[in-house]
Amino acid sequence: MLEIKNLNAGIEDKDILKGIDLKVNAGEVHAIMGPNGSGKSTLSSVVAGKEEYEVTGGDILFENESILELDAEERAHKGVFLSFQYPVEIPGVSVTNFIKTAINETRKAKGLEDMPASDMLKMIREKSELLEIDRKFLSRSLNEGFSGGEKKRNEIFQMAMLEPKLAILDETDSGLDIDALRIVSNGVNKLRSKDNAVIVITHYQRLLEYIVPDFVHVLVDGKIVKSGGKELALELEEKGYDWVKAELTA
Amino acid sequence: MSLKDKLLSSYLTFQENTDLDNSIHEIKDEAIKVFEEQGFPTKKDENWKYTSLNSLTKPDYSLVSHADDAIEFKDVKKYFLNDIDTYKIVFIDGVYSSYLSETTHDGVDVCLLSSALTKPKFKQVIDVYFNKIAKKESLTALNTAFAKEGAYIYVPKSRAVNKPIQIVHFSTGNEANLMLQPRNLIVAEENAEVQVIERHQSLNTNAVFTNSVTEIYAGKHARVDYYKIQNDKENASLIDNTHIDQQESSEVSVHTFSFGGKLTRNNLNFYQNGEHNNSILKGVTIIEDKQHVDHNTLVHHKQPNCESHQDYKGIFDDRSTGVFNGKVVVDAIAQKINAYQSNNNILISDKASINSKPQLEIFADDVRCSHGCTIGQLDEDALFYMRTRGIGKKEGRALLMYAFANNVLESVKIPQLKARITNLIADKLGVNIGFDL
Repeated sequence: MLEIKNLNAGIEDKDILKGIDLKVNAGEVHAIMGPNGSGKSTLSSVVAGKEEYEVTGGDILFENESILELDAEERAHKGVFLSFQYPVEIPGVSVTNFIKTAINETRKAKGLEDMPASDMLKMIREKSELLEIDRKFLSRSLNEGFSGGEKKRNEIFQMAMLEPKLAILDETDSGLDIDALRIVSNGVNKLRSKDNAVIVITHYQRLLEYIVPDFVHVLVDGKIVKSGGKELALELEEKGYDWVKAELTA
Repeated sequence: MSLKDKLLSSYLTFQENTDLDNSIHEIKDEAIKVFEEQGFPTKKDENWKYTSLNSLTKPDYSLVSHADDAIEFKDVKKYFLNDIDTYKIVFIDGVYSSYLSETTHDGVDVCLLSSALTKPKFKQVIDVYFNKIAKKESLTALNTAFAKEGAYIYVPKSRAVNKPIQIVHFSTGNEANLMLQPRNLIVAEENAEVQVIERHQSLNTNAVFTNSVTEIYAGKHARVDYYKIQNDKENASLIDNTHIDQQESSEVSVHTFSFGGKLTRNNLNFYQNGEHNNSILKGVTIIEDKQHVDHNTLVHHKQPNCESHQDYKGIFDDRSTGVFNGKVVVDAIAQKINAYQSNNNILISDKASINSKPQLEIFADDVRCSHGCTIGQLDEDALFYMRTRGIGKKEGRALLMYAFANNVLESVKIPQLKARITNLIADKLGVNIGFDL
């Protein structure tokens, strides 16, 4: 589904990603772990299409086609979804109307009619139940004054509504208490299928107890330096990132 | 000949053809003297520092239209609010159009100022209210001297007008340059209610310069909601002078939607002459090219225990320019005043500009006055966030701008008007999305 080939990218002459290779197939969950500043968030932003980053080499293929030239919204229309580490507050736009607009704009891009209002409402009801979201919450301005947990639940709610093929969850566990973590992970797990894929970007192993990955990759200084199964995450937790770094220099 | 000289020399002939009462002639004679003394304001005048009338006073204007000005309803239908029953007072090049209008004398008077100024049965109201609220300054005085026509709305005690009233001024462009000076008088007596929507619309790109004056009287416990739609063509300019007299416990709101026109200047003056008044001044400005919109507001708190709420939002693209000059005066006896003022702006282009200037003159010591002004850009992070959800750049920008302006729309009390304004904004931003936020 996603194939990243020797990806080099940076911002304002500063190289951040220095040759990333990653292949994600449908049905798989990949975890990308790494210390602060290793390039985890840059990787997710570049895949999602943030224009501030300049890709200086390599390619990103989605369903066997390069998406480097596509705008962020075009990538979204193809089925790429990014859950933000810090979701942006948008005063004046309610959660419901934001998601309605997002769904209908995506449908429009595919040449489809707007989703009938009754279908939309039904879907909103189902997905908000899945994430234990209160109806009142849906009429509030998007992310404005939301707690950390509410913001992340709202991200996963949007993911549930948009039904992406590839979801990238950037530090979804940060700022979550244990209950919110359970709800969010539960939501993600229910949305997993053989047809979609998830990339979980995280600093800590904690989230991976709930969303169990098939593969774990360690990102250090813009490169994937180690890959393995879910047991790699446990090893990292135990030994710390210095262990990988030490291995590298050895 | 300068426009001022032309106006002064035309004044006498202009008066000859009218069968006005002597008292009205006296008012007009006095007004032309004020204009002669003061002339058009210049940038040296503190109140006009950021708006120059130079380009406006250059053309050789016709003061009346000479052509046949008939227009078909189907050609102008789109400028009316159609999905709701309303009274209509419609003018074409300054002349009343009976076939486009729908007036009434059933319990309330919704008709023409020209009738009110000439017919004896209206004399009592005219004597008390006409030209009594308006400030004696140059542009209002110029209008007083020349105005022949406009809307006259009289709502007697404890009456509510059962549907909104649309006042629409069309200009056909049959004259290369036309100057119009409409005059409206709206009187809501004690406990009366009325809603008015006003629009100036030119039908082609010939130059029009409208110097409009509206006087609004709100008696005790009266409620007046006034909506101004300013979405005119590129050579149409408007100076709107609105003067409002509020009596005890009255509430008056004025919403101004400025989406187009060459130069638009709103002189909006509220005088609170009773206790427990509420004055609401709101505006959304969305302009581009080299358009210019200037909001010059005054709220004069002359009595205690009153409120005023000002909220103006502006979005400026290309080389457009905006001005907000909001003055709040609180007299020494006007204790326990709550006066709020906020002016928020987004500059889309680095060539666009806004001058925002709050002015507070407070002579009482127990008041709460706040003012705030922001000037910023669209939030790029928010835009990226929306794009990752499949909302395109253009639509995302439109959504952000709409959300920015939305709280001004929330207080529009006529749902069909609110929907109309929403559509105008979507049109303006070139997107086809339903912003039912």
